[in-house]
Amino acid sequence: MNKWSRRGLLTAGVLTGGALLVGVGVGVGVRPGHRAPKLRALVASGDEILVNTWIKIAPDNIVTVIVPHTEMGQGVFTALGAMLADELDADWDRLRVETAPADAEYANYIVPRFFFAPGLAVPGLVEDSINGGFLRMAKSMKFQTTGGSMSVRGTGEHGLRIAGAATREMLMAAAASKWGVRPDELRTEKSFVFHDPSKRSEPYANFAAAAADHMPPSQPRLKTPSEYRLMGKPLQRLDIPAKVDGSAQFAIDASLPGLKYAAIKAPPVWGSRIATMDATTAKKMPGVANVLNMGDFVAVVADRYWQAKQAIDTVKLTYVETDADKVSSATIFARQRAALVKAQGGVDVEADRKLGDAAGSLATAAKQIEAEYRVPYLAHATMEPMNCTAWLHDGICEIWAGLQNPLGSRGAAADAIKIDPDSVKIHNRLLGGGFGRRARPDFTNQAARIAAAVNFPVKLIWSREEDMTHDHYRPAVTSLFKGGLDAKGNTIAWSNHYLERHDPKEAALIPYAIPNQYIGHSEVKTHVPFGAWRSVDHSHQGFFTESFIDELAHAAAQDPYRFRRALLQQSPRHLVALDTVAKMSGWGTPLPSGQGRGIAIVESFGTIVAEVALVEIEAGKARVRHVWCASDPGFAVNPNGFEAQMESGIIFGLTAALFGEISIENGAAVQSNFDDYEMLRMGDAPVIEVQIINSGAAVGGGGEPGTPPIAPAVTNAIFAITGRRLRELPIKKAGELVVA
Amino acid sequence: MVGLQVNGQIREVTAAPDTPLLWVIRDDLGLYGTKFGCGAGLCGACTVHVDGAPLRSCQLRVADVEGKQIQTIEALASPTAGLHPVQRAWIAEQVPQCGYCQSGQIMSAVALLRTTPDPSDADIDTAMQGNICRCGMYGRIRKAIKRAAAESDKPAFGGF
Repeated sequence: MNKWSRRGLLTAGVLTGGALLVGVGVGVGVRPGHRAPKLRALVASGDEILVNTWIKIAPDNIVTVIVPHTEMGQGVFTALGAMLADELDADWDRLRVETAPADAEYANYIVPRFFFAPGLAVPGLVEDSINGGFLRMAKSMKFQTTGGSMSVRGTGEHGLRIAGAATREMLMAAAASKWGVRPDELRTEKSFVFHDPSKRSEPYANFAAAAADHMPPSQPRLKTPSEYRLMGKPLQRLDIPAKVDGSAQFAIDASLPGLKYAAIKAPPVWGSRIATMDATTAKKMPGVANVLNMGDFVAVVADRYWQAKQAIDTVKLTYVETDADKVSSATIFARQRAALVKAQGGVDVEADRKLGDAAGSLATAAKQIEAEYRVPYLAHATMEPMNCTAWLHDGICEIWAGLQNPLGSRGAAADAIKIDPDSVKIHNRLLGGGFGRRARPDFTNQAARIAAAVNFPVKLIWSREEDMTHDHYRPAVTSLFKGGLDAKGNTIAWSNHYLERHDPKEAALIPYAIPNQYIGHSEVKTHVPFGAWRSVDHSHQGFFTESFIDELAHAAAQDPYRFRRALLQQSPRHLVALDTVAKMSGWGTPLPSGQGRGIAIVESFGTIVAEVALVEIEAGKARVRHVWCASDPGFAVNPNGFEAQMESGIIFGLTAALFGEISIENGAAVQSNFDDYEMLRMGDAPVIEVQIINSGAAVGGGGEPGTPPIAPAVTNAIFAITGRRLRELPIKKAGELVVA
Repeated sequence: MVGLQVNGQIREVTAAPDTPLLWVIRDDLGLYGTKFGCGAGLCGACTVHVDGAPLRSCQLRVADVEGKQIQTIEALASPTAGLHPVQRAWIAEQVPQCGYCQSGQIMSAVALLRTTPDPSDADIDTAMQGNICRCGMYGRIRKAIKRAAAESDKPAFGGF
């Protein structure tokens, strides 16, 4: 825990502002410049009472939670709604959840606070000021992001639970005052306040206006787990009913009078521009309203999407030559290879961790092994291709889109068409998949620019081909490992130099107690756009590190589970997860020929996940039959939802491990649709069993941590069956696999 | 002008005859539950029933389905009986995540259960192989199909 003093804060200049966390009195006597009137205008309608930033209470006692995150199937509305409702003692059956508006007032300051100052404990009297500082920072960063598996562990744990508990105390104070009784004689249940001695009870709605005038306590008493009524219980997700009858509203379903449709084509090489355009044919085609050369892309606008799509396919384009026109996967990996060689000399190297003397102990090791790993670029391939509807009218640009950072995208769109951000109004809809892709503003900027060139609303829809070839990609990465064992088979040295570090910065670190470690990286720039891809650097570091530790286990002639176990004696949570998954999977019990198990364990985003894959080699191919997953998130707020995230993360990682590759030729992405960028399908999907370990540790993330362990679990199983170590993904590139 | 029978209603549309059924369903008829995913018949998000068969509407020209019975996700629930058993099973098993592929998944599952009321795992693999779920909910889809099949065994059930 960092220690903070009031003096230190004054010196650091963060002690300013007022009560910002659970907000603001919204009643009478509000001083000029206060946030309350603006917040009310943004989120409250009719006779709803905005009790504070995050909570509205209507006269019919419906409680509405305003969640500053985006629903993309991860269940954030349900989990965060439950966290607030539990602390508030709100009636779950009469609770609604709304997504926060894309406005600086709802910038997500808790996530950056948690990200930049994890474990920061501050005295109560400065809590609000700290949050005020982070709110200012989040506003300036236009930060309203759903990502980093941060919603529950950041916003939920450090924001909405506190807001719920504080509001409950404010409502009780208002009730005590009205009834002339002591607050400690009151209790709350299902959105009612009770005074049992006088047998009185009234709905929260009756106290909402008075409560809104109370100064919110910044550190209210939070429930202990034994008091939870919603958290930890399997809750039905609030967003699911609309997703089974076709009524769920995604961005692509936006409908407006006078709407026209746009199809686009951008240069295949990222960073290039349109050199020449011949749209003679397109302009004559039925329904075509505009052909727009925007410099970095061409758009055809037509009455119908299909007309726009057919017309854009006839437009003849040439592109400006760039330095990247001859770049290929081979040249990128060759550059990485050269950088690795250079790094061996210690040039342009940044160390992530140095422990003991890795180089020295490697030199004297009884056994030294070396291995080079690599992974390719990956596309997100969300089921809903990028799309955005935009309409510039009356000086306002309205945008309908599915966005992981609506505030950031609002600012970017405003910049793109040179209007004030307050003149951009975002209608953020359900996301047909995010996985990091929809944190980028490229497609919304395009739609805003098209809308600015016409005088009617336009729905821009990317073709699947446009989507796959103009993604922001999980990078291709190479990693060089060296490991050393002493004469007794103890691991004494671990050296890993890799390329391309993004986030999280600790992704290449290992939990194993190896006395001499060097972990470091250097950068090799490419023109291929980088994007955060579910679990980001963990997606490949998990594969690298959990493969190489497996190599060391085999070099030491030890069982891979027991080998890991011996190196994790100082990490009790890891041990429990590892033992749990070993037990679940029947580790060590005999299997028929052609089958094998692989194990892997990765901590990411505060959650420890151990997985075992049961693989069968069938006709030379790896079939993953069964996956066991033991996961310790500290505490799972919605266990069913958390399990679903593990299942989803496993399939996402397995899809990439088996098939995923975006290769680069002539500076551009080769793969363009699901025929050459294959997806795992029903017939290939393993049975997945998940066991949650509620260890009581600080709450960890759910959206991403299921992904990193699956690739190494599978390749470790393949090694167990074939004796062949796969050091490059995807597995399909390995060709025929032969049972040893 | 093309005449279509969609969800039991006769609808006349002005789209060109070679327009894919998908875009007519969405943009002419305003039935947005049927989704665009790949435009190449590879993902199944646009699956609808044509004379009861699950087909990819992005691969059908509107002229080719004139006179045929087209059913979309919007017509699965009945005004009297409520949600279709497959939809109920989808909720019970908490299947959808992002939900974008689910109309297509459900249409494929309903078609499977109409022809194969008690499907084996292999039947499910075959019938659902054309529907990608990027959120990876295949295990839950399988369970939900089996749940719906089991429910159909109950005497009060009216059939798929």
